[in-house]
This record gives sequence, C-alpha cells and structure tokens, in this order.
Amino acid sequence: MSGSQRIIIQGFILLVSIIFVTKLFSIQVKNVDYKQAAANNIIQKVIEYPYRGLIKDRNGELLVYNSPIYDLMVVPREVSVRDTSKFCALFDLTIEEFNEKIQEAKEYSYVKPSVFIKQIPNEEFAKIQDLLVDYRGFNVVPRIKRAYEHPILANAFGYIGEINKSRLERDTSEYYLQGDYVGISGLEASYEKHLRGKRGEKLKMVNVRGIEKGSFQDGIFDTDAIAGEDLVSTIDTELQIYAEKLMEGKVGSVIALEPATGEILSIASAPTYDPELMTGRMFGENFTKLQQDSLVPLFNRPIMADVYPPGSIFKLFQTLVALQEGVVSLNTYYSCNQNLIGCHGHGPGETLIGAIKNSCNPYFYNVFRSIINQNDDPNTYIDARIGLERWREYLLDFGMGRRLGIDIPNEKRGVIPSLSLYDNIYGENRWKFSNVYSLSIGQGELGVSPLQMANLVSILANRGYYYPPHIIKSIGENGQPLPKYQQKIETGVDAPHFDVVIEAMAKVIESGTGQYRAKLKGIEVCGKTGTVENPHGEDHSVFIAFAPRDKPKIAVSVYVENAGQGARAAAAISGLMIEKYIKRDSAELRMEDYVLAGEFIY
Amino acid sequence: MRGQDSIGRKVDLTAILIYAALVLMGWLNIYASVYEEGADISIFSLSINSGKQLLWIATAAVIIVFIMIIEFQFYSSVAYIIYGILIGLLILVLFFGKEVSGARSWFELGSFRLQPSEFVKFGTALALARFFQDPSAKLDNLKNVFIAAMIIIVPAILIVLQPDPGTALVFGSFIIVLYREGLPGIIPVLGIVFVAIFVLTLLLPFQTLFIGIGVVLAIVLIIVRRSWRNIAISIACFALIFGAVFGVDYFVNNILKPHQQNRIKVLFNPNIDPLGVGWNVTQSKIAIGSGGFGGKGFLEGTQTKFDFVPEQSTDFIFCTIGEEHGWIGSLVLIGLFTALLFRIIAISERQKSRFARVYGYSVASILFFHFLINIGMTIGLFPVVGIPLPFFSYGGSSLWTFTVLLFILIKIDAHRMQVFAR
Repeated sequence: MSGSQRIIIQGFILLVSIIFVTKLFSIQVKNVDYKQAAANNIIQKVIEYPYRGLIKDRNGELLVYNSPIYDLMVVPREVSVRDTSKFCALFDLTIEEFNEKIQEAKEYSYVKPSVFIKQIPNEEFAKIQDLLVDYRGFNVVPRIKRAYEHPILANAFGYIGEINKSRLERDTSEYYLQGDYVGISGLEASYEKHLRGKRGEKLKMVNVRGIEKGSFQDGIFDTDAIAGEDLVSTIDTELQIYAEKLMEGKVGSVIALEPATGEILSIASAPTYDPELMTGRMFGENFTKLQQDSLVPLFNRPIMADVYPPGSIFKLFQTLVALQEGVVSLNTYYSCNQNLIGCHGHGPGETLIGAIKNSCNPYFYNVFRSIINQNDDPNTYIDARIGLERWREYLLDFGMGRRLGIDIPNEKRGVIPSLSLYDNIYGENRWKFSNVYSLSIGQGELGVSPLQMANLVSILANRGYYYPPHIIKSIGENGQPLPKYQQKIETGVDAPHFDVVIEAMAKVIESGTGQYRAKLKGIEVCGKTGTVENPHGEDHSVFIAFAPRDKPKIAVSVYVENAGQGARAAAAISGLMIEKYIKRDSAELRMEDYVLAGEFIY
Repeated sequence: MRGQDSIGRKVDLTAILIYAALVLMGWLNIYASVYEEGADISIFSLSINSGKQLLWIATAAVIIVFIMIIEFQFYSSVAYIIYGILIGLLILVLFFGKEVSGARSWFELGSFRLQPSEFVKFGTALALARFFQDPSAKLDNLKNVFIAAMIIIVPAILIVLQPDPGTALVFGSFIIVLYREGLPGIIPVLGIVFVAIFVLTLLLPFQTLFIGIGVVLAIVLIIVRRSWRNIAISIACFALIFGAVFGVDYFVNNILKPHQQNRIKVLFNPNIDPLGVGWNVTQSKIAIGSGGFGGKGFLEGTQTKFDFVPEQSTDFIFCTIGEEHGWIGSLVLIGLFTALLFRIIAISERQKSRFARVYGYSVASILFFHFLINIGMTIGLFPVVGIPLPFFSYGGSSLWTFTVLLFILIKIDAHRMQVFAR
C-alpha cells in the first residue's frame, strides 16, 4: 500500500514538471510573437494622459480649457549629447544644472525614463522640437495645463497640480500614479472624479536605439485615454467679469444667485488673482507669492470669511422669526429709545415697516426681546435659555451656522451662539436677554459668510425656501447638477410673513437708505443696507437685494470691507449688478464711476 | 554510539549539492534581475538585493552549522513547543505587525523585517511529525484525522487573517503528507475535483457548464443503471456539484470585492484587464518567451530589467532564468527541483522512525507547492499569488525557512541508523 502512495505522489510531481516544461516550450520556442520581441526589441509602456474636462458658463461659453505643455524625459543609459553647452543653451540651463539633473535621473534609474524638464510651454517646444532628434536619450511626453478664457473666478475654479506623496498614499481608489495631475482646490478638486477622465496605456515596441517600431501585438493590450466629463457652470460670464471689475481695489465679496434654482450667477472674491498664475512652470513661485500677499488673495472670501457679523441686514431675519412666533405685528409700535441701544435719528418711533426701512435699532432690541422672553418659565434666566435655543433653530433653518454645501471645498460654517457659549462666558443660568441683546441688530457673537447672506436673500426672494447654492448645473453636456442641489429646502416660516418684509425692503430702495445708490429705473429692487461696526478701522459696507420684486431673477449680497456705510459702496455695487444682469447692454450703470473710484484698502 | 566525526560521511550529499546549486543560481539571477547596464554596481554591493542575499546565504550557512551540531532527537522533543511559539507569533503579528501593501505579515525590527508565516511552515511540519510519532496515530480514526487537520488549519487561518491567502495556500500541501500516512485517496481527489469545478465555473458560461455536468451525469447513470444504490449516490454527488457551482459563482460575483474578483478572473483570462492585474502575467510571459531556446545570456535580459515584470527578484525571479537562459535554463531549473523532490521522498522513505518520515514528506510537500504555484503563476497556469520560489527568490525569511526545513531532515537522516542502535 505505502509503495503505491509513494509512486502516485512522485508521478504527480513528475506530471507537474512535464506540464511546466511543455508549456515553457510552447512559450519560449514555438511562439513567434515572443521571439519577435526577443529580436532585440523592447516593449515600452507609454502612458497616455487623458484630456481634462472643460468648464463652460451657463450659456455654453468656454471658461476653462486645456492647453498643451510638454515634459522632457531622459533615459540616462541612452544619453549621448555631443555638445553639452549647445544643449544647455537650448534649455537655458547651466552645465552644472545639466549635470545635476542627469545625476538625479541616474540615481532614480539608468534605464527608466525620468522627468528632466517639466512643463515646457508650447511655444518653447515648437522651437526645440526639431533639434531634439540630435540628442539621444531624450524624449517628450505631452501633458496638459489649464488655460482660461478670462482671468476670472480664480478661487472658484481652484487649480490642479501633480499629486503629492501623502495624497497618493491616502488614495484608496488605487487610481492615481506618481506624476498624475489632480484637482487641488476649488471646482477642480470637488469635481475631480468627473473632470479627470481615465489614463490610457499603450505598449510600444522600441528597438535598442529607442526608435518606435509600432504597437505590440497590434495593440490588443492598449487602452485609450478617456477624456474627462465637461462641466456646465451656472456662471454668467459677463456678470462675473463685471463683479470682479467693480471689486478692484477693494476687499470683500460679491455673490449673485438665481433664487429659483440656487444657481450662482457670479461669485467674486476680492482681491483676486489671474488663475493663469497657478498653471505651468511658474506655479510654485506664484503660489508662494500669493500666499505671502498680506491681502490673502487665496482666501476665498465668499465661502470662507465667516467671522463677519451680518449687521442690520439681520433685522430682516429677526422680523421673520418674530412674525412666525406671533410676537410682533404690522402695527407693533416701539419708540426709538436710545437708552436701550444707539440709533441714528430717524424719528421718535416706528411701526414694523418703518422700523425696517429706517433700520431702527431700539425697535429690534424690543423685537428680539419678545422673541427670547416669551414667559415659558418664570425664571428669567431659564426663560432666556429656552428662547435662545428656539431662535437658534431658526438660524439653522435659514442656512446660518452650518455649511450650505456649495460645490467648492473649504466652505466655512459661520458662527452662531449656542447656550454653552454663554454658559462659558457668564456661567450657567447667569445670563439673560440683557447679556445677548446685541444679537438683535446682527452684532455680537454672530458670523455669517457672504454666501450665507446671499442665501438669505434667496430665501426672501422665494418667500420661504431655497435650493443649496451651487456652481455646476450640469455634469456632462446635458446632464444634471448633483442630486443635493435639486432638493428644495423649506425654512418653516410662512409665506405671508415674507410679504411684510419684502414690502419694507422695497421701501428701503424707494425712499430709505438704498434710495441714492441702489434705485434703478424700471426695475423694482428690494434691498437692505447694513453697516457693520468694525473695532479695527472703518466700518464694513453690506448690502443685500433682489429684483424684480415679482418673480425675482437675481439675488445679490455684497460685502465691502472698510468701505463705511452699507448705503454707499455695497449698495451701489448691488444696484449695478442687478441692472447689468436684467438690462444687459441697455443698462445705464449710473453708479459705475462712483464704485470704480472707491479704493478701500488701507 | 557513533561520534560526531562520522556525520560528514553520513549526510546526503546529493541533496546538499542540489541545494547549493539552487542557492548559487538564485543569487546570480537576483543580481541579473536588478542589474542595470552602465550603473556598475558590484554583485556584492549591499545597496542591491544580490548583496543582501549574500548576507542571507552566509547566515543560512551559520544556521546549517548549528543544525548539524544540535542533537537530532532535539527536534522531536521540542516540536510542540516550537509550534506553539510560532502560533503565538502569528497572533502577535496581527496586532503589532507592520502593514505592507494591505497585509499585516511582518515584524519590523529596525531595518530588518521578519515574516513569521514563513517559519510557521517549519513549525507545522515538526508538529505534524511529532503527532504521527505515536504509532497509534492512525488516520482510520476520525479523531486523529481531526487533530492532524487542526494542526494544519489553525496556522493557515491565522495567515488568512493577515490577510495573506497565498502563503496560507501552502498549508494545503500537507494533504500530501496525510495521504502518504493513510488518508483515503478519495479526499485529495475530491479536493482536485473541487478545484477543477471552481476553475470551470469561472471559465465557462453557466449554461455550458450545466449542460456539461448534465451529460456527464447521464453517462454515469447509464453505467451504474443496474444498482439503485449507485444511482442514488451518483445523483447525490451531482447535486452537490451543482450546489458547489452555484456557491462558487455567488461567492465570486457577490461576496468578493471587485478587485478580488479581478484577481481570480484574470487568471483564466488575462485579457480582461491587460494593463492591470493581467499586466504581471503578460509581462512575465513576454519576458520568459523572449528568452527563446537558449536565452539571451547572463545579464543580457531586457524585459526583466525595465520593471516590466513586478517583484522581479522575489516572486517573479523565474522570469530572469527564462529570459536569460531560455528553455534550456528553465529545463535545468525544473530538473533540479524535480530531482531534489524525488531525493527528499527517497530519504523520507528510508527512515526508520515515523517522525522522520512524516517530517521528510512535509518538507517535500511544502517545497513542491511553492514550486508548483510559483512557476505556475509566472507562466500563466496559476493565479498570481505572491509566494517565493524556494532557495531562489530574494529574501531572508524564506531562504532561512527552506534551509532549516531541508537541513533538519538531512541531520535526522544522517542518524537514521541510531534509532535502531538504542
């Protein structure tokens, strides 16, 4: 018995060996394909980089496209440069730099290509293209860089760059390879998966001299690069260019939304930069320069400047909460009692509409107190807690104190006060309305980003709901925006209450603080000024508006730092944006010179 | 009792010579696989794998000396202890191991890395031999089959948990040992049938497979039509097979993650993803195929030097032989391995103690599985599971393990007459 087992085991081993030897015979001796490869040909894997998706504006006009650049690769073993100084002159290198680069490449590998010079611009490449034949061991790989039709939207677009090591390690999709370009910020980062496309790879037969002999096995192993998907944005290019022009020499943000859809018509962060600076070979140098700029142009103010208190525009929100809570009515009258809180001399007292129109601070002191203290508890400290928490829910419903989910990264939440914040400052149950009253006029422990302000206007224009603001309305030529941008979000405040506020906003423009610079011929604008106290210098100028009053087409929020009253720079810019968008070429743009002359950088 | 001086005359020289030839060839090929024309790095340089391998070879020589000095009875007396310690290390590595490409298989000590799963093969061989040392440990008893199976399966499961299914697969080789010690032949056959069905399920469309199995069933039924009992058994077997086909199909398409599915599917059809998983196999075949009949000559290979072939000094070292030494070189290598395996089996069969015989068969089985899977994958006959070619591939842990495995057998064999002498 044991003898037969031994024979079976040995037979099995022998069988395996014979199968191996036979299979090897067929691969090594019989198969001609492999032998051909053996005829001193090398198979080279060539990566074909995909075309990155384009970005267009809402009218299909091109905004971001690709332009060719070239990487010069070197294979140290094959290098033969007879006249090094001539070669160096061609690429503007010193002999030392040349030697250093060759040495670096050798340290990586003698036989594998490594990058010798990165990102050679097209014009330069045209000059050297024909001369390169003389230098063995060097070859060129086409890459792309981003190019822009207009020098706008730098912070919204973001930029692309070579993937870095830590990101490569974190990549769980196992798609990226060293040397790939990847969206680093802005839309380029948020829509990276759609924009990037897919690398192609080709096997090419190359003889020992590095000359291509066609594809291996008729290309059955090759894959084509697949171009990325194009994106259609919500941006109105003309309006965007205009917004950035108006913000020249200023610090702040301009956002224009289409209220019915949440589509962003324009989003300007000032100061800004030319997006072209962040492409190609000068990327590193320019990036450092921009990073060191004291006015932080890389700071995307519309979504990141979330420490701005909203100022008087907040009174609109307070009115809506008070109406919904039933603690104020159209006829509620309060005298303008400046012992409570300072004001700016408009009359002895107001009812609701007048109070909004004239931005009466004591009036809203009273309104906010009636929101907070609704006698839910006899203990005034506990009553304040209950009131503040109730009020805070409204803030969240209106998109403040949380991210709206715009499709650019790094959106900030803003600041809204919580119970624990006051508990920490004053101690638990040791604070009441009189400690928090500055919230009533949009000051105090509040930070609202310009995007959140613009969204507030959208809610007003829509009379109670909004769609999350977004910049991309279609992935692919005739696609859809991401699903989260198709969801209508209700605020829970009844539509009739909005009519009251809108009536007041119309009055602001007709005969109130907005009458001088935001009033437009033939368009009924609804707006509200805000002047934000700034302990560090000149006040900030804020204005929000939408128009026309019926079926609003555009909602605007403008924040200009250190520009004084809201009725000035911000109101004027808002008016110009609305007029430009609605009237296009027939716009009068009366305030343009006034705005352009204003420089508020100190 | 014989003295230590007689050892030199008693050791099995044939096995040692084949071992030395394989190690030397391996070392030269490791150099060839990392050699870059023009870089002028010596084969001894510690900056490349061949230099480091020489270090491993030197330490392996020291290990051999120790094995020869240690009393031969020592191994059976500490078999269970070694096994226990290594199982402990396998558990520890799951928690304290360094994660390398997704698996926790390595302990890192400074710049040195140790892979306990390599050493466990040796521990398992010892434990299994120790178990069968007891003459009453016969495999016609279910309890004994169970114990023997547990000795094998426990480390295998711990290694699957790392997860390193390739190394765990090697533990399947012990079925050869069990077969030699009296396990009914039907069990290995069933194993092979199951593997065949598994492969066919992946290879053929569902309908074709069912029709095929149906035809075979019909033929079997015609043959056994006279006995109701056989008809019942045949139908039951085929029901099991249908179940297995469904199970495998469900497992591959619904439970495995896409990249794991690919790893299996690409085995049988490299073209589904020629530049991903299939790239390895395709490139490996191009390299081997380009060697032709006589090869391109030492250090003259091109395919294996351009990173076309991944892991070219470890798992895919066979490509270098194929490319630089052609079919003749491959033939010599396969011949050497076959000769070594036959020699080990011959040594095992001449042992007087059952411990030594079981241990010898374990060594043969482990080496055979590595040989089978490693060369099988490089020429596209087997899935790409990263396990080394014994004595040949770069790496200290694997060289040490195979050296220890082989030389303990040689040491025990040198004293085989002493079992009687006592």
